[in-house]
Amino acid sequence: MFGAGGGTSSYREAEETELIILWGSNARETHPIFFHHVLKGVRSGARLIAVDPRRTSSAEWADVWLGLDVGSDIALANAMAREIIHAGLANMEFIAGATTGFEDFARCVEAYTLERGEADTGIPAAAIKDVALSYGRADRAMICWTLGITEHHNAVDNVLALINLALLTGKVGRYGCGLNPLRGQNNVQGGGDMGAIPARLPGFQDLEVPEIHEKFATAWGGAQFPDRKGWHLSEMFEAMDRGELRSVYIVGENPARSEADQTRAVRLLRGLEHLVVQDIFLTQTAELAHVVLPAAAGWAESEGTVTNSERRVQRVRRALEPPAGARDDVDIICDLARRLGADWGHPTAEQVWDECRSLSPMHAGMAYRRLDEMGGIQWPCPDESHPGTQFLHGRLWEDPVGGPRAPFFAVENDPPVDRLTEEFPIRLTTGRRLDSFNTGVQTGEYTSPLRRGEALLISPEDGRRYGVEDGESVLATSRRGSVEVPVRFEPTLRPGLAFMTLHFPDQVATNVLTIDATDPKSGTAEFKASAIRIDKIPAAV
Amino acid sequence: MDIRTTGGPATAEEMAAVDSLLGPADSLWSGGERRPADDHVAYGGRSRRSQRHLLLPVLHAIQDRIGWVSRGALEYACRRLSIPPAEAFGVVSFYARFALHDRGPLALHVCDDVACKCAGADEICARLESTVGPAGGAWHRSACLGLCDVAPAALVERSGAAHEERQLGSITFEEADGILRGGAWPREAARPMPRQRGRMLRRIGEYDPDSLDGYLSVGGFEALARARDVGAEAVIREVTDARLLGRGGAAFPTGRKWESVAKAVARPHYLVCNADESEPGTFKDRVLMESDPFAVVEGMAIAAFATGCDKGFVYIRTEYPLARKRIENAIAQTSARGLLDIDIEVRRGAGVYICGEETALFNSIEGKRGEPRNKPPFPVEVGLFGKPTLPNNVETLVNMLDIVVGGGAAFVSIGTKDSSGTRQFCVSGDVERPGLYEVAMGTPLRALLDMAGSHKLQAVLLGGAAGSFLTPEQVDVPLSFEGTRAIGATLGSGAVIVFGETADMKQVLLRIARFFRDESCGQCVPCRVGTKRQEEILERMLASHGGDSRADVMLLSDIAQAMRDASICGLGQTAASAIASGLTQLKVLNG
Amino acid sequence: MADAVFVGMPKRMVGLSIDGRDVEVVEGSTILDACRRMAIDTPTLCQLDNLTPINVCRVCVVELEGSRVLVPACSRKVEAGMKVRTDSKRVRHSRRLVLELLGSSVDMSLCSPEVRGWMARYGAEPDRFGAVATVAQPVKVDNDLYVRDYSRCILCYKCVEACGVDAQNTFAIGVAGRGFDAHISTEFDVGLPDSACVYCGNCIGVCPTGALMFKSEHDMRAAGTWDESAQNVTETVCPYCGVGCMLELHVQDNTIVKVTSPLDHSVTAGHLCVKGRFGFEFVQRRRGE
Repeated sequence: MFGAGGGTSSYREAEETELIILWGSNARETHPIFFHHVLKGVRSGARLIAVDPRRTSSAEWADVWLGLDVGSDIALANAMAREIIHAGLANMEFIAGATTGFEDFARCVEAYTLERGEADTGIPAAAIKDVALSYGRADRAMICWTLGITEHHNAVDNVLALINLALLTGKVGRYGCGLNPLRGQNNVQGGGDMGAIPARLPGFQDLEVPEIHEKFATAWGGAQFPDRKGWHLSEMFEAMDRGELRSVYIVGENPARSEADQTRAVRLLRGLEHLVVQDIFLTQTAELAHVVLPAAAGWAESEGTVTNSERRVQRVRRALEPPAGARDDVDIICDLARRLGADWGHPTAEQVWDECRSLSPMHAGMAYRRLDEMGGIQWPCPDESHPGTQFLHGRLWEDPVGGPRAPFFAVENDPPVDRLTEEFPIRLTTGRRLDSFNTGVQTGEYTSPLRRGEALLISPEDGRRYGVEDGESVLATSRRGSVEVPVRFEPTLRPGLAFMTLHFPDQVATNVLTIDATDPKSGTAEFKASAIRIDKIPAAV
Repeated sequence: MDIRTTGGPATAEEMAAVDSLLGPADSLWSGGERRPADDHVAYGGRSRRSQRHLLLPVLHAIQDRIGWVSRGALEYACRRLSIPPAEAFGVVSFYARFALHDRGPLALHVCDDVACKCAGADEICARLESTVGPAGGAWHRSACLGLCDVAPAALVERSGAAHEERQLGSITFEEADGILRGGAWPREAARPMPRQRGRMLRRIGEYDPDSLDGYLSVGGFEALARARDVGAEAVIREVTDARLLGRGGAAFPTGRKWESVAKAVARPHYLVCNADESEPGTFKDRVLMESDPFAVVEGMAIAAFATGCDKGFVYIRTEYPLARKRIENAIAQTSARGLLDIDIEVRRGAGVYICGEETALFNSIEGKRGEPRNKPPFPVEVGLFGKPTLPNNVETLVNMLDIVVGGGAAFVSIGTKDSSGTRQFCVSGDVERPGLYEVAMGTPLRALLDMAGSHKLQAVLLGGAAGSFLTPEQVDVPLSFEGTRAIGATLGSGAVIVFGETADMKQVLLRIARFFRDESCGQCVPCRVGTKRQEEILERMLASHGGDSRADVMLLSDIAQAMRDASICGLGQTAASAIASGLTQLKVLNG
Repeated sequence: MADAVFVGMPKRMVGLSIDGRDVEVVEGSTILDACRRMAIDTPTLCQLDNLTPINVCRVCVVELEGSRVLVPACSRKVEAGMKVRTDSKRVRHSRRLVLELLGSSVDMSLCSPEVRGWMARYGAEPDRFGAVATVAQPVKVDNDLYVRDYSRCILCYKCVEACGVDAQNTFAIGVAGRGFDAHISTEFDVGLPDSACVYCGNCIGVCPTGALMFKSEHDMRAAGTWDESAQNVTETVCPYCGVGCMLELHVQDNTIVKVTSPLDHSVTAGHLCVKGRFGFEFVQRRRGE
């Protein structure tokens, strides 16, 4: 966001704000302890708004639930923006001093009348207006989102639409305000921090800026490494498809199950000349590999750091001896380097971290000793006397504004790629459940009393409409494939909306149904919006 | 709130009971059917959670109509009010009135508390046990029903679409047995006139308690008019000058309380009339509400005016259906006539003594378990719904009429230096003329006993179960706060239960021990376990004839001290006082 | 990347005297906070730093000049000029009785050594009441994650607070009944799988008596293999979502036997979700294979 990829706020701020919008996030189940902070805010009087096609358990806590049609987020955000502007609630002083592009943005959203908002999203105009005015009037308000925003073919536009709302009302860069993507995995944020994204080096430093490239190259003893950005995950699969990418080294990821349009993903992985998988399990992806490197579990069997959704860098520590043969990621990588002719020695996690700190200014002050003492530190933390940063972008409120202005981006609504038709009349969306995680590789190993296996959740009304009983197995079919799955009636879903998870790929391969339409900028696939139909399975004769 | 309900649907009848109070559900998300709008928007959150205070009224509606609260019914109520079922279960299981299993439509509650015990309630219960079966089915043993002037008493009710209930006095075994066999109910209990009146009781019998015009004809609402004339500050000054001490039992200076609420910055202010009179042997507030209900409403109107209260509640114990009806009527008529500035709502208790404690009462109105809160903060700062609250007893409020009209100076001319005014005393037990007596503060107890006709006196329980026993040698004590304090007793709620020489004081002590064990809310350790141990040890002592019980006396005294020192509220702090006085003053064990 | 740090309002200091010694603490502190400042060991059972003081156990009561009754140190806020006694005869008596009354009705054998220390310090003899009623009852084992042994429950309300407004807001359990029969219960006392429980285990995290326990601990205790002296506790970060909850892994014989979270961690305040609390099996399962 305006440079660095991280949530702007601290969890604590959710406890002391006036309004929280959870947009495309069922934090109650997917980020339960963050939701504790939200609940503290709610108990102290904050208004909670939930924007989600499903009336989730998070939405049940909300003062207002806006049950938009899947993928109509931009229409909603733009209609809200128009209402805010027309009600005179745009913070013109902030806009003039700290932003660019307002004129274009205002012109763009002018087309998103309440009527159009209602038509595009399904949400009654009065409710859109109510929420827009609430957000506009609140002194402090936060927007938090999860994959409901980003697992779309226009993920980045979705995020920009939310950023626009915050810029419009001056709700960023102040305590209790902000824009917060809640990270779905324990070190997604840290991966980005460390440069595990195509265009960045550690500390979100731009790979393609010559001085930065030079700084790293010098520190690494004049090492040769690319100075152009690489591929993100979806681009890699496209490259495999074109035959340009023939050898892949996968660390701790299970794309054979987690990729949209799974049939295609598995085919491409199988077609590789050389596949190396480093993981703590023999995952479905590892089963396809030519070489498997057994790894120690990062959180309990080795040392290091992770970064959470409030930019807090925290220590992970070794509590267990890894199983025989499983090795620390650092050891594996250093050994691999040695085989390739570079001697990186046998650095400890702390030594690796200290090298990182020497190159990444935002991490510079985060010595292990300080991380231990302070229960983690929020970046940026430029030196060892710095307490860490509670919220970002306070600079936008300086006069004159410190650093570059924050740009508005006019974005247009663009419905999901997988259109609903008579043949595929049901919108399938996906998500997580409280007790399970991703493809179930980890959570499958403990006995959760809440777990009931995979099912296609539909409204009881749809059950009657398609003549299926609660619990009956049906054939769910999308334009890409079919799976057999038991139906479960879920009154919190409206007719025409269905829900599945990716937690039980061995029982039901949900990703056979999903579409791999991906966002060109972020590379995320549109897991949240597939079109399916339900067919009864004919009784065996 | 994300509520999970797994108990299966409520019956149509149960839903109708809930809907009769709340109206039909307005959306799929509040327990109703899906409407088109429900697909894309839901309003909830705080606005739904703020309905929590309707839980007790809803539970009453279910209990009245169905006779018990099933899991389905409770869960439907939970969906409607956005209350988690386990929370609601904690509430429903706290209150004695609500049945958690189907025990049939008929319920006969036979009072076997101290005053009724002296009038033969135990014999009735024993015979019911042998003919009908043990208590807990269609009939129940009950703590004091507040009908001690017509002991032995009972309360009968029949659930259904037209819920019926009736207070019964001077009940016989034959009548009770007949009711349980499906026979006709005896007539409503007689309401003896007050035996001795001062200014407060002068209107009783002088007007039709269902008629506002009747009340106006005896000078009704002159005090409120006067209050408005002189203004709020002047009213509070008169109340302060009157040196009125609260009549609920705690004897806190009323003027100081009023001043604090009037000055409280937070808004809104609430007025709560505590009509949960449940102290065994006490029925004064019932008589006032039944016979002079408009005076209670007028007293509340004055209090609200003087202290700037925006809303009033009258919390009436559920065992007083007639009082409730008369107060509701008085509020409705008064407010229809435009005489009331504030909205007053009647709330119905649910059969637990502790809700007479003011903070437990607040929790009860809020739809929670009636557990007392720790003080400070005091209600005048943080009371009902966390707002400044004026809790006053019925008798305290009715006193306001004379204070406002006659002035504080006139009020202090009655009574003693430290106890101004008159006081209502509820005389019951072994006397010829049980009933309500209004006498000036400082009147000797002996004079009261003489008026009521007491012979062959063994003991007096002054102040109810939370009070203490007096011996015949102590009856010259003046009935004032300072007079009773001087002999280690208390006026408490004004209950005066008289025991003749044939009364079985061991059984009386055990009944009091059982009462506190039953009525302890269970929140704090000293009271929850202390009242249990007190009952057990007392049982053990009374069962072992002779023998050395010095160790047990020591244990009781140790428990008593911890309950008095460390309990959260007045219940625990006084739960040992009557028993201790019985053992030390009356030497019950030695008899 | 500017860097604002929110600093709260400056706090005033309040002076009071405890056991004859003067102390100053921040306005809004409790008497217990002040006692801790002065290193006065004060027994507590229902108090925990991450929960709202509920002051029901009454074991922390102190004598406050001017107060008719003793006051709970855990919830009573300090006021300027207060004179507090923490070791008077009355205080010692009430603390002793609270411990005795609890000890006479509840199995407190798994309470912390601290509690046993207080029992000794105040001369508590729970047996002196003779044969009296207790809360003894069978252990409830109705799921694979944790057990409930209400014979050990002192009704401190902590689990209810953690399940409720102080953290989880699930309200799967509440206090039901009244008086000595009051008890922790799901709705209509249904088993956990039928209740609203989401198995966050935050109730276990706050239980001071062992009434709520990981099933792994319960089974190991039954088998006689539970050995706290052989356990190491390591702090790390939960492997699941990106909130970054700090875990304390309790490890015995290279096996995780229990998971807790530090009460003072800004992310968790000691509370976790089902995955963080119980979802660790995968690291050890693969060890067996």
